[in-house]
Amino acid sequence: MDWISIASILGAAFAVSFGALGPALGEGRAVAAAMEAIARQPEAANTISRTLFVGLAMIETTAIYCLVIALLLLFANPLIP
Amino acid sequence: MKSPLESAVLFHIGPVPVAEPVVVTWGIMAALVLGSWALKRRLRRDPSPVQSAAELIADILDGQIRDTMQTEPGPYRAFVGGLFLFILAANWSSLIPGVEPPTAALATDAALALLVFVAVIFFGVKAGGVRGYLGSFATPSPLMIPLNFVETITRTFSLLVRLFGNIMSGVFVIGIVLSLAGLIAPIPFMALDLLTGLVQAYIFAVLAMVFIAATVAEASEPHQKKTD
Repeated sequence: MDWISIASILGAAFAVSFGALGPALGEGRAVAAAMEAIARQPEAANTISRTLFVGLAMIETTAIYCLVIALLLLFANPLIP
Repeated sequence: MKSPLESAVLFHIGPVPVAEPVVVTWGIMAALVLGSWALKRRLRRDPSPVQSAAELIADILDGQIRDTMQTEPGPYRAFVGGLFLFILAANWSSLIPGVEPPTAALATDAALALLVFVAVIFFGVKAGGVRGYLGSFATPSPLMIPLNFVETITRTFSLLVRLFGNIMSGVFVIGIVLSLAGLIAPIPFMALDLLTGLVQAYIFAVLAMVFIAATVAEASEPHQKKTD
């Protein structure tokens, strides 16, 4: 196994692990804020949860980008001849 | 391990290779079209249970469109509803043994995202004409033209990557768990996959609505100023 493969595997693992950290913290904050808002104003729960879902999808996209980069490194690596 | 970025070719029609997701997509399209055709043929004033269920779905879709876009759902019902129902059927088609959801293939998601991209232009031009649509790039100020232009490309790309990543990772995780621990173990993951599939279909439809509504509002702004 040459060093490009080793670096790719390590890169993929690091991309997923660190790429999951930020969105996890962000989503936690978003859900906590939405919970608080629903607790204060239960009649607005529908609007809040719809906005929350869209926002979570947006935040999650950053983690998905990291996943795609990891998959590219593992399965479609342009550096491996 | 099979690469999730490629899909298996089943057979060839002439020189054109037909991949597995394409065949599954045809199946879903046939099921949706035949199902709605059979429902439409037998519409009655006192609805049967199946018709009531379909009316309930259409009503929920209308409500969501009205809430999100703040307009009457009429012109958008067919596009957004079709998008939602197709993606939902595609995501849940993994319940049928041996079928891999076509949304786990990059090309299907690219086609869906491209549809949204074209629909935004279509509804934007319909609302404000070509001038109005092009003018929507210059809101709030002409300085934003490059940013707005880049945004239309990147948001299409992020729609594609979001759907692909979520569904494909679900399929992938189930494959890994299945190869590690046999029979019962993947069931909770499959249940989670059902939820992910529903949420992703919903989010795809909502984002399509948000993009269309934003462009339509910006494209029709100058007209409102003239009439005021």
